[in-house]
This record gives sequence, structure tokens and C-alpha cells, in this order.
Amino acid sequence: MHLGVSESMRECEYSQISTRSSTPMETPYKKRTPKMRKWESFPGRNKFYCNGRIMMAKQTGVFYLTLVLILVTCGLFFTFDCPFLALQLTPVIPVIGGVLFLFVLGTLLRTSFSDPGVLPRATPDEAADLERQIDVANGSTGYRPPPRTKEVVINGQTVKLKYCFTCKIFRPPRASHCSLCDNCVERFDHHCPWVGNCVGRRNYRFFYMFILSLSFLTIFIFAFVITHVIIRSHRSGFLNALKDSPARYPFTEISLCRLVGLSGFHTYLISSNQTTNEDIKGSWSSKRGKDNYNPYSHGNIFTNCCAALCGPLPPSLIDRRGFIQSDTPQLAPPTNGITMYGATQSQQSHMCDQDQCIQSTKFVLQAAATPLLQQQSSQPVILTASPENGGSLPGRASLTLGGPCTSLPLGQPTPPTSTPSLSCHEATDMLPIHGHSHTHNHSHPLQEPVAHHHFLTPEEVPSPPGMLPCGSPLGHSHTMQAGFYNPASQDSLHEDSVRGLVKLSSV
Amino acid sequence: MAETHSLQDMRQQAAVAAKVFIQRDYTKGTVCQFQTKFPSELETRIDKQQFEETVQTLNNLYAEAEKLGSQSYIEGCLACLTAYTIFLCMETHYEKVLKKIAKYIQEQNDKIYAPRGLLLTDPIERGLRVIEVTIFEDRS
Repeated sequence: MHLGVSESMRECEYSQISTRSSTPMETPYKKRTPKMRKWESFPGRNKFYCNGRIMMAKQTGVFYLTLVLILVTCGLFFTFDCPFLALQLTPVIPVIGGVLFLFVLGTLLRTSFSDPGVLPRATPDEAADLERQIDVANGSTGYRPPPRTKEVVINGQTVKLKYCFTCKIFRPPRASHCSLCDNCVERFDHHCPWVGNCVGRRNYRFFYMFILSLSFLTIFIFAFVITHVIIRSHRSGFLNALKDSPARYPFTEISLCRLVGLSGFHTYLISSNQTTNEDIKGSWSSKRGKDNYNPYSHGNIFTNCCAALCGPLPPSLIDRRGFIQSDTPQLAPPTNGITMYGATQSQQSHMCDQDQCIQSTKFVLQAAATPLLQQQSSQPVILTASPENGGSLPGRASLTLGGPCTSLPLGQPTPPTSTPSLSCHEATDMLPIHGHSHTHNHSHPLQEPVAHHHFLTPEEVPSPPGMLPCGSPLGHSHTMQAGFYNPASQDSLHEDSVRGLVKLSSV
Repeated sequence: MAETHSLQDMRQQAAVAAKVFIQRDYTKGTVCQFQTKFPSELETRIDKQQFEETVQTLNNLYAEAEKLGSQSYIEGCLACLTAYTIFLCMETHYEKVLKKIAKYIQEQNDKIYAPRGLLLTDPIERGLRVIEVTIFEDRS
């Protein structure tokens, strides 16, 4: 019988396995159970709508606020100002306004609803294989776990690839783990609460188009509202004009500078082919060293812009609408020659326990080492004793702790904050920083006084592990890995956003 | 056509002895490329040159998908002008190349790998992280 199988393997034709089609070998019991789509068992903290077509972050409150603000402002403009302007000046004005408004809405929805470039988590086989390779490469000696970084030379620059404990993969260059969404995202820029999603490789151009078009729309509305007031004041005096068309758009004026600044900042990022994350950390800054340069840049501004905005759009890697296949191939007993598969299975379960043990150790170390972390530089040390980057962060980095979407006009010096470390997500660190940056914001008229973004220094954060009592000694630091998941920190950051918005309403 | 067995049937009947994962090669940056180094576990099953040729062809196809050329720029500009609604009715260049890749892998599996008790999994099913090569138990 076995011979027949191997012969049939050679002689018959095969069709490509499609994970989308149902298997003909389904048992009758299985046929009765409804097929689940992959989004229904997605491990990250995302919300899905329209049967998996729409993908957003878990907290979408601020996104709805963005929508309401845009709709209300444009609604007021079209209702009160456009009829007057269309009659007095030209009907082209509401047409252009309408086109801009639709473009803004389209790009906003596209940014918010699309997959930012989430990397699917490793299958158990892959994870086991990686663990095995790491052990073989480093030799598990006693208590000290092997370092989980890999170095690779890209266009002459040495880049460290970090191992993600949650996704169980070595993150590709420029990818980062978003602790809010609990996913690794390719070319991670930042997590934007205003659009209710991460901004990554697949939706960065939509995000950029959104903020650019929204800036134009805001300038457009602002300019024509002023024009309206001026025309009326010519007729009936300034005071009467103000009485007739009261200031209906407080938000427009406030957000104008912020939006223009943000658009300028992202234009700079695109032209130098950097992400917000890299810019804040100063990864490719010449301050780090004479030979430090951005290996991903194409060399000139024009090519960088074209690549970011008009380059090929990769498809989603997570196949949210595909059906889950219960695909369990039969395991062969380990033979003399090939013992890999069986060995990795048992090793994998051992690794999972070890992983949980490591993570619970990290929690304890984190609590003990929090004051220390404030003094260290931004790069978290993953499983190595020394920090990866010497020195403190540039001052600019500390401002943008308040959020990358705060307006950062080019060339403006940033006020320093007390805490250089960006990679800490702990609530205790974040709260005083926000308070500090708020006061700074008020003193700078161009700075945005609204809630910072919860800017994610997208360091890897393990999802809440089972807190197993760990027997391994705590003295071994494989970790000063900052960025632990702390449910309290997530809630307090959310509170901060709300607090910032309350401040906005009082302006 | 004579009786056809799906590869899935083969998987269910034959036992998996091992899986080998070809990792990504990041030396050229973030473009999708796989390491062409021949894994030692496949030494007894397939010719080194054959395998390297398969991986190199895949690398070339992925490079074509991510190429910055006039076609991608035109597509990008058109998409921007139509507020990205054009993707509702049109397939992107990347997706077209992915289909080509799927067809190539199927062809390679049929002609070269399945007769040797091996199976290549399309990297897109593994999030473009690895090329998974399943080694089936050799019972001959």
C-alpha cells in the first residue's frame, strides 16, 4: 500500500492546494459545522466589520470624532457660506470644496479601514524551527537565554532584526510591533487614534493624502469664510458682518496650523524615506556617526516621493476573508535519519513554557528597574546586557513623545522633556510626560494643544502572558526590554487622549 | 484526464517527515527575496542546482512585483486621481505577479517536487516570511 502511494505521487497530476477551497476529505461531522473566516480567529486586537472587509484598531472613539468634526465643519460651510459665495463670486467655489471634501473622506476611510501591513504570526512549525535555529546558533548554556537579535547588512548599514515574542518571528527591517493592536506591522510609521488604525506600509500613502487634502480643505474653508466676512463687511460694516456670520469654525482655525505642520513633517519623511519611528529615534541621523546613513533611501527626493506615493501597493498578507482550513497532516514517528519534526514538537511545547517564564521574569524586572529605564536610551535591550545605543536621544525625540501628529514645523527647536526614554509604555512614565508636554504646547502657539497621539514607540510588547510562577533566577537579565504590556497603561493613555480633547473643547 | 489526486490527498495519505523553512534575505533591503542557500535536509532528495534555480526564479518574480517602474507609477497616479476607487475594479500589478508566482509554484510542484516527495508552499500563505518545504516520508 505504501508503494502504491509513492507511485501515485509520481504518476498522477496534482492541483495546487488552495486554502480557499474545501477539502474533499471532510468528514460528515465537519461538513455540518459552519466555516469560519480567518478574521474571526485573528489573534491581534483588531475589530472587523462587513464580514472581514473592514479592519480597524480596537479603540475607534477618536476616529468617529474626526469624522464628525469634518462632516460638521464642511456641513456648516456648505450650508451657510457657499450659497453666498456662489452668488457673489463664482459657483466653482462649492464645486472645488465638494471635490476636496469627497477626496478627504475617501482617503480617511481608506486609511482607517485597510490593513496597514500586518504580518501574520508564525505557524507553530515555523516558530519551533526558529527556536531550534537560535538554540543551535547560540548554544543554550545554563541559565542565560540566547540573545534574540539578528544582524543583517543592508546597503552597507548594519541593521539589527529583533525577535518578536508575540508573533514569534524575526521582524523584517522597518517593521515594528504595535502594542495597541498587538500586531507586527510592516514599515510601521505610528498608530494614529484619529484614523483609528496603525499607519504602515499599505496605508501610508492614503494617510499622507488624507492629511494633505485635509490641510488644503481647511485652508480653503478658512480662506473663503474670511472672504465671506470681508465681502459682507464692505456692504454693511464689519460689526454687522460678524453678527450675520458668526464664527462657526473655531476648530478650523485651531487645526489649521497643526495640519499644515503635520503635512510638512510627513512630506519631509517621505522625501527622505524615513518612518516617524526612525525619525524619532534618530536611527539614520548623522549625529550617531559619520557613516550613518539611511540604507532605504533611493538617493534623491523625487524617487523617494514616487516610491512612497506611487509605488506598487502590496496586497494584504493576512487574508482575512479566507476560510480556515483544518489542515493537520499526519505526523511521522521520528526515524533515524530525520528526527527534526518530532523533536521540534516537544521542544515547541517546552519553549512555550520557557517563553511564559521569560515574560513573567521580565514583568518583575520591569517593576524593579523602572527608575533605571528612565535614564537609558530609547532602544530597548532585548536579551543583551548592554544598551544598543549609547547616549541619550536627541531633544526632538522627546517632544514627539507627545505624538507625531503634533505640528512640528521644520527647523523649530523642540522643547526638551525630562524623560528621554521613548520605549517605555508604563503609565507612570507616560503621565508626567504628557503633563509636561502639555504645558510646553501651550507656550508655543504653533504647537498643537490638543491631545497627543498615543504615539507608539512601537516596541515589541508581549501579549499578557499567563503569569506562571517562575523558577529561574531573576538576576539574569535578558531583559531590559521596555514596552511591556500593561493594561493600566493602555487605559491611562486612552484617558489622556480624552483629557486632551476636553482641553481642546475649552479653548 | 486520468484520475487526479489533489496534493491535499497526498498530504493526508503520506506522512510528513519534516519541514524546512527558507528564510527571507534582507541584504537588499525590504524587498521580498529569499535565501538561495541550499538546506542540508534536502540533500538526499533534490539536486542543489534545481532548488537554487527555483528560489532564484521566485526572487526574480517578487522583484518584478515590487519594481519601481513606469507601469507602477502610472498605476499609482491613476489610483490617486480616482481617489483609489480604481482598485475596486482593477487588479494591481503586484496581485497579477502573485498569480504568476502561484502558477509557477504549482508547476514546479507537479513536475519536480511532488515526484521527489517534497511540497513547496506558496510564501503568500505564510505571510511572505518563508518558503515552506514539506518533506514527506520516503516509503519507497
